[in-house]
Amino acid sequence: MSMRIELSSLNVYYGSFLAVEDINMVIEPNSITAFIGPSGCGKSTLIRTLNRMHEVIPGAYVKGNLTMNGEDIYSPSVDPVKVRRQVGMVFQRPNPFPTMTIKENVLSGYRLNNNKMSKSDADALAEKALKGANLWNEVKDRLDRPGSSLSGGQQQRLCIARAIAVEPEVILMDEPTSALDPISTAAIEDLAIELKEKFTVVIVTHNMQQASRISDMTAFFTIADTGLPGKLIEYDRTDNIFSNPKEKQTEDYVSGRFG
Amino acid sequence: MTTASVTQNFQGSRSLPKWLAPTLLAVAILASFSINSALASSNPEATQLNLFAVALVAVITYSIGFYLASRIIEGQRKSADRLVTILVTGAFALAVVPLISLAWTVVERGAARFDIDFFTFSMRNVVGAGGGAYHAIIGTLEITGLATLISVPIGIMTAIYLVEYGRGALARAVTFFVDVMTGIPSIVAGLFAYAAFVVIFGPGVRMGVGGAIALSVLMIPVVIRATEEMLKIVPNELREASYALGVPKWLTVTKVVLPTALAGIATGVMIAIARIIGETAPLLIIAGFTASTNFNPFDERMMTLPVFVYTSYANQGSDAQTYIDRAWTGALVLMLIVMILNIIARLVSKYFSPKG
Ligand SMILES: Nc1ncnc2c1ncn2[C@@H]1O[C@H](COP(=O)(O)OP(=O)(O)OP(=O)(O)O)[C@@H](O)[C@H]1O
Ligand SMILES: [Mg+2]
Repeated sequence: MSMRIELSSLNVYYGSFLAVEDINMVIEPNSITAFIGPSGCGKSTLIRTLNRMHEVIPGAYVKGNLTMNGEDIYSPSVDPVKVRRQVGMVFQRPNPFPTMTIKENVLSGYRLNNNKMSKSDADALAEKALKGANLWNEVKDRLDRPGSSLSGGQQQRLCIARAIAVEPEVILMDEPTSALDPISTAAIEDLAIELKEKFTVVIVTHNMQQASRISDMTAFFTIADTGLPGKLIEYDRTDNIFSNPKEKQTEDYVSGRFG
Repeated sequence: MTTASVTQNFQGSRSLPKWLAPTLLAVAILASFSINSALASSNPEATQLNLFAVALVAVITYSIGFYLASRIIEGQRKSADRLVTILVTGAFALAVVPLISLAWTVVERGAARFDIDFFTFSMRNVVGAGGGAYHAIIGTLEITGLATLISVPIGIMTAIYLVEYGRGALARAVTFFVDVMTGIPSIVAGLFAYAAFVVIFGPGVRMGVGGAIALSVLMIPVVIRATEEMLKIVPNELREASYALGVPKWLTVTKVVLPTALAGIATGVMIAIARIIGETAPLLIIAGFTASTNFNPFDERMMTLPVFVYTSYANQGSDAQTYIDRAWTGALVLMLIVMILNIIARLVSKYFSPKG
């Protein structure tokens, strides 16, 4: 289960401000797609349109087409809540629910939606999701401790466990390792590679090595000047982007000669 | 730069010797004592030494002496530090002394009638000694309880509207009226409730529930403000985390935002209760005065503790002291109720606050 995402002439607005302009790309299932580019070019904005989190911000909206397995997720008849159940998201800063235990955090996707499940099902699901997030061994003895009692890297993996527990088809990660140490980062990178067996993974990163290590496809965005919209400059296989980019701007950026 | 000058730079000046503070204090007290007794002996009207004046002069002398000593020995920066410490401590003492004195006075004078009778008898057919505030305690608990039942849901839901949903003109209007309501004098709230009940039940109406409504008018804005502040400090990331899991907005509000803010909201509600439980004026108007116990807030007059204290003091009977004693004990019981509520609020916020 995994989805092919197609964006065509997608424009993303904050009120009257056009933040991202005219995006056309296809995100393949069972692969990792990395978004790279300078700060402010609209990577977070674009990734948040993939699960309709963008419109949570007052005044924000999207124009253009975005389909998942051929279905237009922005058609008026589509409930954004349903989209978000299919498309999980991990944020830059770990944000476990502070009132919940580790286990409750993992199951929060069900519990918050008032879905009842038996205790044995819940236990099994929590174990499966925590194993999926490579966190099980570290927390199996303290599932009833608060989620905030974990280290930052563990909290981030807890958030990943929470996202995969609801069995989405797509996982979005917005700079998931930018606040983490190299060991936690490596754990999450390994995890991302495992996750692509089952999910479509999209990851935003400022770390070129990370993009080249784990992603199959890389999209490079940039922005001509502040106040202007961000644009997709080049989108290709990761090895092409890093070893033999077609655009001069991409080459400057990946080789560190940007700006 | 030589090593010597480095040491000088970082070592700083000498500090005050340990014995200085206690010695200064002893000297200050002694000096203040002798000055005051000299003044007292020169004034034939003063029968005894005014201990408060002694303490005041001693503290001021001590502070000045301590500051000067520090200025001379330790230099300007440290002495400024000490001066500010003295000022801050002084301000704290100034705020706390009246409070302690008040609490002490109430306990001391209220102790006389703090007995079983006070909690089990009403004032029905009591003239002079005896009797109790059973009717007033019942009335205060019922009326405050009802006011809380009315105010808390309205207040919390309004705050949720303002923080989570409100945009544009309507939200601004609500915020404006909440601000206006915060400033309503309690007597006006009482008159409002009375006027509203007169329209329905005719003139001369007295009802406990009227008092509850008057108190709600005072309580609702306090609950709204407190809840609003608590909801605002719930990080937006938690809402986003919940939305991203496909949780609809209303469930996010009820199951993520409210629980996270619950401890603060509970404290706010308790503060709001403490604020209204001592209200006298509106209850005097609408709940009225009675000597007997009335359990039914929807029928006839109901006594409350503040009104009990007020009337006991204002209409002293032939044996005046017994009335005054009852007034003090009434005040003491009111204070204890507020204290118990505060302890409950502490426990609630300790139990519910986010762990970790
Ligand atoms: N809530 C918002 N309201 C209005 N404008 C916004 C909002 N969030 C972002 N923007 C604007 O949208 C543009 C793109 O921002 P975005 O956060 O997507 O950049 P980014 O590529 O993720 O940058 P970074 O690498 O620093 O995270 C910026 O010009 C930013 O100012
Ligand atoms: Mg970003």
